[in-house]
Amino acid sequence: MSATDTTTVPSGGQVPPARRRVRPAIAFLRNTWRGLTSMRTALILLFLLALASLPGALLPQWSLNESKTSDYIAAHPFWGPLMNRLGFFEVFASPWYSAIYLLLFISLVGCLLPRTFEFARQIGARPVSTPRNLARMPLHAEYTVDGTAEQAADRAEATLRRKHWRVSRRTESGGVHTLSAEKGYLREVGNLVFHFSLLALLIAVAIGKLFGYEGSVIVQVGDPWCSSSTSSYDNFRPGLTVDGTDMTPFCLQIKDFQATWSPSGQALSFHTDVNYQAAAEAGGDSWHSARVQVNDPLRMAGERLYLLGHGYAPDVKVTFPNGDVRNYSTPFISNDPMLLSTGAIKVPDPPGVPADQLTQHQLAIAGLFAPTAAEHGGIMTSVYPAADKPGLAVDIYRGDLGMEGGRPQSVYAISQDQVDKGALVKLDRVNLYVGDSTTLDDGTVITFTGYHEWVSLQTSYDPGQTLALIAAILLLAGLMASLTIKRRRLWFRLLPPEAGSGAGDELRRTVVRVGGLARTDQAGYGAEFDEVSRWADDGTGSDTGTDEGTATADGTTGTTGSNTGTDGTAAERE
Amino acid sequence: MAGFSDLAFQAAMAGYLIALICYGIEVASRRGLVPTAMEAASAQRVHLAKVGAAGSRATGSTVTGYTDADVDDELDDDDDDDDDRAALAPWGVRFGRAAVVVTVIGVLANLLSVVTRGIAAGRLPLGNMYEFVSMICLASVTCWLVVLAKNRAPGLRQLGLFVLIPVVILAFVAGTKLWIPAGPVPPSLNSYWKWIHVTTVSLSGSVLLVSGAASVLYVLRHRFDRKLSEMPDDEALATSVWSRMPSLPTLDKIAYRTAIVAFPVYTFAIIAGALWAEVAWGRYWGWDPKETVAFVSWVFYAGYLHARATSGWRGLRSAWINIIGFAAIVFNLFFVNMVVSGLHSYAGVG
Repeated sequence: MSATDTTTVPSGGQVPPARRRVRPAIAFLRNTWRGLTSMRTALILLFLLALASLPGALLPQWSLNESKTSDYIAAHPFWGPLMNRLGFFEVFASPWYSAIYLLLFISLVGCLLPRTFEFARQIGARPVSTPRNLARMPLHAEYTVDGTAEQAADRAEATLRRKHWRVSRRTESGGVHTLSAEKGYLREVGNLVFHFSLLALLIAVAIGKLFGYEGSVIVQVGDPWCSSSTSSYDNFRPGLTVDGTDMTPFCLQIKDFQATWSPSGQALSFHTDVNYQAAAEAGGDSWHSARVQVNDPLRMAGERLYLLGHGYAPDVKVTFPNGDVRNYSTPFISNDPMLLSTGAIKVPDPPGVPADQLTQHQLAIAGLFAPTAAEHGGIMTSVYPAADKPGLAVDIYRGDLGMEGGRPQSVYAISQDQVDKGALVKLDRVNLYVGDSTTLDDGTVITFTGYHEWVSLQTSYDPGQTLALIAAILLLAGLMASLTIKRRRLWFRLLPPEAGSGAGDELRRTVVRVGGLARTDQAGYGAEFDEVSRWADDGTGSDTGTDEGTATADGTTGTTGSNTGTDGTAAERE
Repeated sequence: MAGFSDLAFQAAMAGYLIALICYGIEVASRRGLVPTAMEAASAQRVHLAKVGAAGSRATGSTVTGYTDADVDDELDDDDDDDDDRAALAPWGVRFGRAAVVVTVIGVLANLLSVVTRGIAAGRLPLGNMYEFVSMICLASVTCWLVVLAKNRAPGLRQLGLFVLIPVVILAFVAGTKLWIPAGPVPPSLNSYWKWIHVTTVSLSGSVLLVSGAASVLYVLRHRFDRKLSEMPDDEALATSVWSRMPSLPTLDKIAYRTAIVAFPVYTFAIIAGALWAEVAWGRYWGWDPKETVAFVSWVFYAGYLHARATSGWRGLRSAWINIIGFAAIVFNLFFVNMVVSGLHSYAGVG
């Protein structure tokens, strides 16, 4: 990530007294900064980040499952509250987790900025001049060709340019031409893009956490629903700056819900058809229709609407002793593949009862709903998830539901405490089919009249999402560029005939010396070099030196990324 | 068709098991042979590293007894060094060759099983954990054969043992514990993002398995080299089966080259998963246990690629990071799917 292995600093020499005093402070800051932006630190932070994420996967988390988390804390009376205070049940919002990733990103920025400037400088600069002794390069070749050095140089330069190498041509004394060529700059571009995308991704996540929100609600098929405020949701998870005033409300009509099942009861598809209208159209008659499916949300301006689940709500008609008739339809929930559902219909305010006696006469109908019921010895189960033969297996209670105590209770169950206390008394256990009814001792008649279907919907809003997608695409593109593009350096030195030493025919030919250096992964450059080193050859070439590159110890440095490049950059590979 | 697929899967499992045994026999047969120059150099490298570490802590080149170019030469070497040895241990080499042949047969049976399963279910055969693990076996072994075909480093074939051990275990678990009848997938899994996500996860995971196997062998070989450098005169040690294993630089290169192929694919797989999550659950990232552990393993692989370019972290330490990365992927596949409850806990188990 950073050029850490090269921290040698030119010594200051004579330092004025005034500067001497500030030097320790500067040195401390500088060393802290170097330490933080060093690769070693970045790696340690990276592994700390991984380690710190693990409790988020292994322990229950408030943000994912509140009831499981509180159960876990209750089950571990010593460790639970302690870990809760330390943020182990909210890992990704905990201060220590934030500290790790913030330090990591500071380290990243501290490394990226110098690299960016360095790269910008390289882009503007000419490829480094040709080293004196090309034979010392990891790959080198020597051969002679007919014609002048200039012609050979022209030939090589034209080919290099055609193949998109950056070329710099220089002349040395004695009519010697040199070519310095380099390619693979996009590797560093990819590298930088990859790391900057990580920053962009972090910003996108932060935007979502600040300004986004999620709300979920259960709506019965046939009912209208409007997202006028946060309270219209059963469950609302606001972003840090969201107070519910700035939302863009919309209204829905749930037209129907369709599910298809295989003969064995496996779900094949779910969808719900809705009409919706955006805030601007509210009150008007213009409705848009849409189909919302699992894996296919409705995308409105900004907000998205998801179909998350569905279920049944049994319809029950209660005829009270005073003659009043009321209809109840309460959603039951299910974890069962055949949709055997549990729930409770609560009657907290039976009519015809004086207010001070209400808590003796509240009713609860709690139990199971089976869409296709089958009974074995009085126990009702469901044998198919579609509502072919709905059945209701319920216990009927009367007494105090315990709803005034202020403690929130599940809408899908009665308070077991009240039953244990004897405040809520079980009157009856019945299995009912549509049309069946049962009469209580006080003359109350409870009739199972049918069912409704409900859908569970979720609204999501995340203004950072588009940025996250762009960041992810750039991240991937940058990563691929930085892993596949290889940085290569190539030098030609073309010595005119008279400059060559020795005697004989060789004297009349131009000597071509070629050197190659892989600044990144060495692999494959050998074969490539065999080809590119011949680009000064017009077909008349004949070998004089060893043209097979034998790597010296320097050969490793191109791969390992340590600092032997002539321009002083280090850590080629990210 | 489904029954035929199961039969082919059993054939593949048998093929892998036989191949594993053959690789094992070849490895065992090599006890007592004199190390080649490369292998001796590999041992020497560790020795030099110990001696040289105190002095210069600079680049790898000062402590390396030979260079990357040598490794490239070794990897590209067309001389089948095993032929030279044929005279020394003919039956062992024969088992090694048989192992490769049986591996190929196993892969073909596995391919047949995956294809027929897909036809039977009328969809891509990646709808549950059984199909997923079967695909991983197929892709891992295919990747191993590609690595073997592209590189000719001496002793490389013995890496097959370390690739086949996890594959056989996976195939066994898939066949006995994860198997479920072919059928349609529930609507929640019916998204084209799912197919993109799961396909790329299985492919990248498979290549990372080969990478991890190379790193495991690296760690074992490193341990042997260190022991040898402490007791250079120990005849039994110098000619043990470990002296016949691929050299450290070869293993490092293979681990790295496979990892850089797999890492972008794995990154893409996670991004595809996030896109699917946005479509299915209303958010692209929610720190669900599966997402969290995927992130953890991604971080480890990112760390591996960085560590390999950082002095002081090369070699043994990078190899361990690579192994931990793969361990996180395996943990994610089994533990998180089956034990930790989260949104990903379906996959036809339970």
